[in-house]
Amino acid sequence: MEIPENVKKRLSLPFEENFYAGHTACQGCGAALGLRYVLKAYGKKAIFTIPACCSTIIAGPWPYSAFNAPLFHTAFETTGAVISGIEAALKAKGYKVKGEDGIMVIGWAGDGGTADIGLQALSGFLERGHDGLYIMYDNEAYMNTGIQRSSSTPYGAWTTNTPGGKKHFLERRHKKKVIDIVIAHKIPYAATASVAFPEDFMKKLKKAQKIPGPSFIQLFAPCPTGWRSPTDKSIEIARLAVQTAYFPLFEYENGKYKINMPSTKKEPKPIEEFLKLQGRFKYMSKDDIEVLQKWVLHEWEELKKKAEVFG
Amino acid sequence: MNTLFGEGKSKAKKIAFKSVEEYPEAPISLGATLSNFTGDWRTFMPVVDDAKCVKCYICWKFCPEPAIFIREDGYVGIDYDYCKGCGICANECPTKAITMVKEEK
Amino acid sequence: MEYKPIKKVISGNYAAAYAARDARVEVVAAYPITPQTSIIEKISEFLANGEVENLQYVPVESEHSAMAACIGASAAGARAFTATSAQGLALMHEMLHWASGARLPVVMVNVNRAMAPPWSVWDDQTDSLAQRDTGWMQFYAENNQEVYDGVIMAFKVAETVNLPAMIVESAFILSHTYDIVEMIPQELVDEFLPPRKPLYTLTDFDNPIAVGALGTPADYYEFRYKIEKSMEEAREVIHKVGKEFGERFGRDYSQMIELYRTEDADFVFMGLGSLMGTVKQAVDVLRSEGYKVGAAKVRWFRPFPKEELYELAKNVEGIAVLDRNFSFGQEGILFNEAKGVLYNTDAHPLIKNYIVGLGGRDFTVSDVKKIAENMKGIIEAKKLDREVEWYHLKR
Repeated sequence: MEIPENVKKRLSLPFEENFYAGHTACQGCGAALGLRYVLKAYGKKAIFTIPACCSTIIAGPWPYSAFNAPLFHTAFETTGAVISGIEAALKAKGYKVKGEDGIMVIGWAGDGGTADIGLQALSGFLERGHDGLYIMYDNEAYMNTGIQRSSSTPYGAWTTNTPGGKKHFLERRHKKKVIDIVIAHKIPYAATASVAFPEDFMKKLKKAQKIPGPSFIQLFAPCPTGWRSPTDKSIEIARLAVQTAYFPLFEYENGKYKINMPSTKKEPKPIEEFLKLQGRFKYMSKDDIEVLQKWVLHEWEELKKKAEVFG
Repeated sequence: MNTLFGEGKSKAKKIAFKSVEEYPEAPISLGATLSNFTGDWRTFMPVVDDAKCVKCYICWKFCPEPAIFIREDGYVGIDYDYCKGCGICANECPTKAITMVKEEK
Repeated sequence: MEYKPIKKVISGNYAAAYAARDARVEVVAAYPITPQTSIIEKISEFLANGEVENLQYVPVESEHSAMAACIGASAAGARAFTATSAQGLALMHEMLHWASGARLPVVMVNVNRAMAPPWSVWDDQTDSLAQRDTGWMQFYAENNQEVYDGVIMAFKVAETVNLPAMIVESAFILSHTYDIVEMIPQELVDEFLPPRKPLYTLTDFDNPIAVGALGTPADYYEFRYKIEKSMEEAREVIHKVGKEFGERFGRDYSQMIELYRTEDADFVFMGLGSLMGTVKQAVDVLRSEGYKVGAAKVRWFRPFPKEELYELAKNVEGIAVLDRNFSFGQEGILFNEAKGVLYNTDAHPLIKNYIVGLGGRDFTVSDVKKIAENMKGIIEAKKLDREVEWYHLKR
């Protein structure tokens, strides 16, 4: 179905839709939006692998699929390994993988499936140098199983297994820096992205296609259900995550760091602005917020230094 | 007409099998989720005021379904068969051209 | 082209590697574990020497990933192969179900090795038999030749019924022991085993499919039945493929249970894999001493050769089931299966279970002779002395 050319030109994203409505994501789901963007970026010529996660359900129950692209469902911890196998098979059969007209082999996994149970297979995929793209959509907990904490859950968050009570605090550990673990593999391309900045995400997806070898993108994807946030605030929250430097946007390309913040010059907004829209943070005390704020700014300074020294 | 999926929507149908013989050998998909009308999940429905719309397409960009399509005249339309009523479009609209209205069913 | 075998003195592991090469596998993903390693080393040599074309070797970081990568490769249309043993096989367990559920004809060699603790690297069948319910076909090789033949046949059977297959060989007794193996010239293997025609493909971008999505209670059941139906069909396919193999290359594998001197036998020894080589030798000795005994080597454990077992059981007074494996809280696994098969039939010979050779304990011709003596007594008394005997136990 076509729309006027002059309208098409004004769109900041490709017009083509390869993500079908009728999918079963919750209202305001960041992961669903992320999938829509990835499917826009590569058209149909991408093979997806999805482990156990919300997207297993989002993609539709048998006999339906929300993807206008091939999709292989796999076990929780295997994304890195399965995409390695798919890439190997395509190469053995003489297909072009990655590059302008090559097939994109994509792993799409949640934070639990990446930072926790799938970390080993991810490391193997990165270390062996396969031509593929691993996207970790980060909604900061095991949402599909009912909001349990993962190693990507931030300090102070309520989850169903960090419920908070008289004796036990909320989540006590800071968010695991999966992207740093990925970069330690010295892969050619790694980046963070956010569903609130789809044009930036799209650019990164295109880069991941162009640059040979393994690529990794950590995509910030709000979850209204698990974050106890209003469904209409998903983009606003994701935007604030960037503006508070809680989830800074940056790229690591061939050994060089580059921050892609819309506002690198400005001071980050106070973390409260990000926290206050989400019910999961409502039990935090002033001291707790202070702890998180300090951590955010420390990490932000560290990233800025890296960009300065290795920019 | 929903310009997102064209004829895909009208062609999509529910699939159910009565006999084991009809099933494929492997659990592979046989159709699109477009036959699943998620509009009935909705409590609040977005209503677009064309007079306020500046055709920036931010609502189109951020719809997670996607259920917002672009009409031939360049304004946006909402496919209520799919819209779950999350309200992101209304929240992100820079001119407040979209309002969420409680739906009577 | 006339069949002239290429004879080589090689280990069971090398036989597996040569067979994978001759089957023109396209993706090998594997992780090292004793005593499987020389399979992967040999395949790496083939690659290093340019002896294989279009083969991608993925040196994964675990057995779980080995099977996952094979599954990915197979789903993308490739002929995929791996090899493992014991702990590695156990680690793969989850993905074994995935391979059969997604209907992918991955072929794997498992070197039977005892499960720890205590640590052991020696022969024991519990590792592979514990994978009984994963939807994999299982073939037990008696010798190195059967390892080679088994791998090539397994691909043909697996790709016909779209289920994965496991070729099982014994730790060290086969894996590291050298013996003459007749290998088949490449062109003839190609005639026997044409390129794989996948059930579905992930590379049809105009008609994309999702594989393995959520199956609700309304549909899951039917997909399980489909797997079982293919397992049932596999019996016929095994028979045909085994027969064709025999016609082409002189070694007939049409029978899922190989019978050795069982005509007129009073009782038979039944078991899996390399220990049946010892048993056959013992049968010859026992026959020369006047015993009317035979051997029944179960080649395929899955699908289980029900009909053939029934035919055998009808005509003997006793069966001594030799299990180099054990299911705790019950009995030997083959014994358990055999009893189950015969219960609803009119064939009820005296059937006794001997637990032998666990963790690589030596099992020799003289052991078989002792068991024969015991069995003879049982048949004369027309009653079992006990059902399960831990044969080697130090008392």
